Amino acid sequence: MITKRIIPCLDVRNGRVVKGVNFKGVADVASPVELAEYYSAAGADELVFYDITASAEGRKLFTDVLRETASRVFIPLTVGGGINTVEDFDRVLKCGADKVSVNSGAIRDPSLIGAAATKYGSQCVVLSADVARVHGEYRVFAKGGREDTGMEAISWIRRAVDNGAGEVVVNSIDTDGVKGGFDLDLLAHVTYYVKVPVIASGGAGSISDFITLFRTLPGVDAGLAASVFHFGEIAIRELKQAMAAAGVPARL
Amino acid sequence: MTAIVDYGAGNLFSLVSSLSFIGEEAIVTGDPDKLRAADRIILPGVGAFGEAAELLRTRGLTPVLKQIAAEGKPFLGICLGMQLLFDESEEFGRHEGLGLIPGRVVPIESLPGWNKTLKIPHIGWNPLTLTRPSTLFREVSDGDCVYFVHSFCATDCAAAVTATAEYSVTVTAAVEKGNVFGCQFHPEKSGNVGLRILRAFCALLNTGTDPMFKGGDGRC
Repeated sequence: MITKRIIPCLDVRNGRVVKGVNFKGVADVASPVELAEYYSAAGADELVFYDITASAEGRKLFTDVLRETASRVFIPLTVGGGINTVEDFDRVLKCGADKVSVNSGAIRDPSLIGAAATKYGSQCVVLSADVARVHGEYRVFAKGGREDTGMEAISWIRRAVDNGAGEVVVNSIDTDGVKGGFDLDLLAHVTYYVKVPVIASGGAGSISDFITLFRTLPGVDAGLAASVFHFGEIAIRELKQAMAAAGVPARL
Repeated sequence: MTAIVDYGAGNLFSLVSSLSFIGEEAIVTGDPDKLRAADRIILPGVGAFGEAAELLRTRGLTPVLKQIAAEGKPFLGICLGMQLLFDESEEFGRHEGLGLIPGRVVPIESLPGWNKTLKIPHIGWNPLTLTRPSTLFREVSDGDCVYFVHSFCATDCAAAVTATAEYSVTVTAAVEKGNVFGCQFHPEKSGNVGLRILRAFCALLNTGTDPMFKGGDGRC
């Protein structure tokens, strides 16, 4: 049986990890390469690098970091942030990314997903959707969750999958940062309609939140989190052992 | 030295990096002379079978690869590269493969017993069931996980199967016939388990010229 994936997400600015990272045994906690190696050794199934750089100079640092990581860490790498064109896909895929996630870029240009899927295959194209409840409906937000697009989220996600997105990251703005568990209601809606892998994001606070997620929603394939991993609140090895003990298939 | 066949299909960054990580010299080439001169051949591939088979044909590589494999040089197909080792595929029409291993390639969901609630492509880490001893898996244990991304699957190839993966149906995960090997999964993306598989492959010598190798290493 295929295992449920655990995915740490690293925000990278100018080639360094943003947000504090609080580990023992990592030489340079601000180095994405070191952190990627640490997480890979700890049992992470995949890594997401999110580039929050604004400048072209920063972009260059990011691709350097990506190339170095992909030369030393041999698990799937997904890259997001600043992906607006097919050329952006090309830029990161050449440097060792396996998948590319698009968010605002796909909202600005809905043809981007189809164009990228045709060129690189659906397995490369990940839709990342920031979703929040507004007046009783799920809405898609753009620009890092700051701007309500007015679009209904489930239909947006379905459209992106129809256009060729091979995987969907569903990030709940409502539960993000609260550490009270994943947004099971939103995820239940998405997994009901979407037949590609769904990655849950936003709300993980404890090991039991992941176990509840996978037990409640068999259609969720992976759990993504950032700060709970970076601050050592959840150790990935411990999490995966707890998943296996609870009957959730996990790669140990 | 290992030559990775360059025929314009797929992203080779990780494969090249993983070989260099384990200390194996690797070149990416579509030049028949360089392929013939290499100690080992890896046939990679991501994408559609028909298109890839056509690319091999138009670049004149089909007879070259068949000949190299027949001469006993260790030959590894990865993902679509493994599917190309078989006689034919039913991916978007019927297409002829290299015919190095008897069998054919079909959609996963066409296999008997397929559970329709599961997702296609089969993406993620799946445990391996080792079905018989294989040189490639000498440092791999039953139940070790490897990373898959595929929608099609080899079938009617029981004699060559060395490992399978359960995904409601039994997916052919690895095959071996003499000096020809195939992995449906991506060893270059399968962490330490994958690196051990690549290391085992890169330790292989030409079966046609190396008497030390014949019958060795627990092969059957």
